[in-house]
Amino acid sequence: MDISLFYFLLLGFAILMYVLLDGFDLGIGILYPWFNSDAEHDHLMRSISHVWDGNETWLVFGGVILFGAFPTAYAQLLSTLYLPIMLMLIGLIFRGVAFEYRFKSHSSKIWWSRAFAIGSTLAAFCQGLMLGAVVQGVPSDAIQGSSLQLVTPFSLFTAVAVVAGYALLGCAYLVMKSRGDIQHKAAQRGRVLVWVVMLAMALVSLFTVLSDDLIWQRWFGGWQTLWLLPLPLLALAAARLLYRDLGRVRKSHHNKEQVTEKHEDRPFWLAVSLFVLAFAGLLVSLFPYLLPRQLSYQQAVAPEHSLWFMLPGVLIFVPLILAYTLWGYRIFAGKVEDFEEGY
Amino acid sequence: MDIDSAQLSAILSRIQFAFTVSFHIIFPSITIGLATLIAVWEGLWLKTRNPVYLQLAKFWIKPFAITFGMGVVSGIVLSYEFGTNFSKFSELTGAVLGPLMAYEVLTAFFLEAGFLGVMLFGWQRVSERMHFFASCTVAVGTWISAFWIIAANSWMQTPAGHKIVNGRFEVESWFAVIFNPSMPYRLSHMLLATMLTATFVVMATSAWYLLKQQHQTFARKGLSMTLWLALVLAPLQALVGDFHGLNVKEHQPVKLAAMEGIWPAREANVPYLLFAIPDPEQEKNHFEVKIPGLASLLLTHDWQGELQGLQSVPKADRPNVPLVFFSFRLMVGLGLLMIFIAVAGLWLRKRGTLYQSRWFLRLCSVMAPSGVIAVLAGWYVVEVGRQPWLVQGLVRTMDVVSPLPAERVTLSLSLFVLTYSLLFGVYLYFFRKLIKKGPPELADLQQLKVGVKASGYAVAFTKNLADETQHKGAH
Repeated sequence: MDISLFYFLLLGFAILMYVLLDGFDLGIGILYPWFNSDAEHDHLMRSISHVWDGNETWLVFGGVILFGAFPTAYAQLLSTLYLPIMLMLIGLIFRGVAFEYRFKSHSSKIWWSRAFAIGSTLAAFCQGLMLGAVVQGVPSDAIQGSSLQLVTPFSLFTAVAVVAGYALLGCAYLVMKSRGDIQHKAAQRGRVLVWVVMLAMALVSLFTVLSDDLIWQRWFGGWQTLWLLPLPLLALAAARLLYRDLGRVRKSHHNKEQVTEKHEDRPFWLAVSLFVLAFAGLLVSLFPYLLPRQLSYQQAVAPEHSLWFMLPGVLIFVPLILAYTLWGYRIFAGKVEDFEEGY
Repeated sequence: MDIDSAQLSAILSRIQFAFTVSFHIIFPSITIGLATLIAVWEGLWLKTRNPVYLQLAKFWIKPFAITFGMGVVSGIVLSYEFGTNFSKFSELTGAVLGPLMAYEVLTAFFLEAGFLGVMLFGWQRVSERMHFFASCTVAVGTWISAFWIIAANSWMQTPAGHKIVNGRFEVESWFAVIFNPSMPYRLSHMLLATMLTATFVVMATSAWYLLKQQHQTFARKGLSMTLWLALVLAPLQALVGDFHGLNVKEHQPVKLAAMEGIWPAREANVPYLLFAIPDPEQEKNHFEVKIPGLASLLLTHDWQGELQGLQSVPKADRPNVPLVFFSFRLMVGLGLLMIFIAVAGLWLRKRGTLYQSRWFLRLCSVMAPSGVIAVLAGWYVVEVGRQPWLVQGLVRTMDVVSPLPAERVTLSLSLFVLTYSLLFGVYLYFFRKLIKKGPPELADLQQLKVGVKASGYAVAFTKNLADETQHKGAH
């Protein structure tokens, strides 16, 4: 395999990992306004306080892989998407420090809850906006022109879609990590979100495919349609199963029955697979572009010497990182307990 | 966009970067040293089972956590700002600096983040040895992170191992890029600085408790340990700083001339300026207070030694001299004060009045921010002293800024100023609150709430303490 293709795929992997991992913890922040009591908010935050930092590191990893392997794309994308990036960073700052200060405050606790909710939502919204702007094709004079160029009906739609998607991941995570009322509420809200997310995915896919003849050709231009067909079909199947599982959780709460473990854990993995499938679909449409129709990965790639230098680091450390991240998650496996001691 | 607006935008981008990076460096300069101290205390506790070490570790882990959090969120900003505000720079140097930062993330950031969760929240979930391992890993992670980022910064100061192809930097030798001429000096200087910063934060807090006559055993241990540490680290830092200065003379003579306020193109028997007001317009100093020949002696090891001055390069190639000059003096002054405190501490210890001497405890307690201030001043010398270059001698800062409209940068800069001012106030408030609350009482450590899966730490410790109490009761 061509080494620049390897880095293109690695970048995709980093972004996917970020979206899945920070997706569920940003999702918890997005869900904050749907929960009312302090105790519930404590519980929600406790469920992710030990993992958010590691999850966010994938964002930095994506950034530096783009910087090191595709410097031209890093420079162009980031300077063009200036304001949404800055707003995303401000959002991430507020939600990040809320983890530290919320548990240590009394009278200002409500403000940290707000900072957490608004920061998380703002960060997700900006990410969705950037996704939309990139898919649609950023205007080539965007850096000089008004920032409002990036705000189109399509990018606003993808922004809302990403917020909803992260919220769905958050719901599925809560179903896995909580009991009682919180689990019940998460299942209930999750069911609504499945509909929203599926509708958004369908519309975005439709728009992407129709917007560009080349993308249309790639999906429907020949036998490859048969190979690609499983993507939307599997997504539908996953969504259906997710909807049913969440329904079972909700129902068992109504009937005051024990929820079976399968139905508690499986929704999260189904939501994850929905994201993976959507991401794969996006990759099919956009390949080989980093900036659609403007800059392909081959055009933006760094000299080979730099790529080879990073390779051993990637091959050794990425598996290692995955291993100890998994270990970290296993240590905190099981339900979140409300009487756990912090540091 | 006309020239003026382009320049304004470039200056705003530079102010924004200076502001956000200055804000960021405050936190790692505390956490690198503090993570190390916490790991040491935890190790000492495991070895000696003296509960005061556990108390120290358990107490300082809280300020550590909020400081680390601030460092994380303000650090992410930087990894994106190269691209957003210095897009041409990223394009030119991405092949050199990108891989270094990729290694930083791969070998350090994930490591810190992965084990921080266990360090902060895993007290009851893992065995005590595993917890100690997690704390050590976090500490080592912070050093590795410093290694890579200092390598990248030093390459911008003393570039080596590269070639320029079609106007862009490519690498010929990674070894030469990473271990560029100034890197070993800057790395040791910075790591010592972070250790000193943490040392003086802990020392000041302990001294403050002693002044207030609170938490005596805890505070005595803290003060005593940090004074010993300072006695080793502060003089060592002066020595390393001296070597670093010689390295600057070798590779960045104009920066050195700005640090020492030397104007003539070449000057022999250069005095050391204790105080002066450098005047870039008239190219001379006002109100000089000097020791003749000392600068020559320090930098060439000869009273008559010649040094290169600012007039050896055109005005356009000189940094902001007063800023570099005063930052350097501030840093050195604080360093000397640290040495004085360490030596005075030793003297009082010999006399047996260390914990009663109020003037000394007061002096120690106001030293809390001294490390951070010295680190900031030092970085101003490094970064401002390199201007107008971004990569010394090769890339000018003003040439590689993103061509953004000035209003857009004004907006983001205002947001950062607002956000960071607010958060800095909040940080100080909570830091103070944690200090005022004091360390966990030994009795409280005994009654650690035991979680459902308490496999090691808490259970073992509680049991241990219970045994001890029984023992004492029996005697």
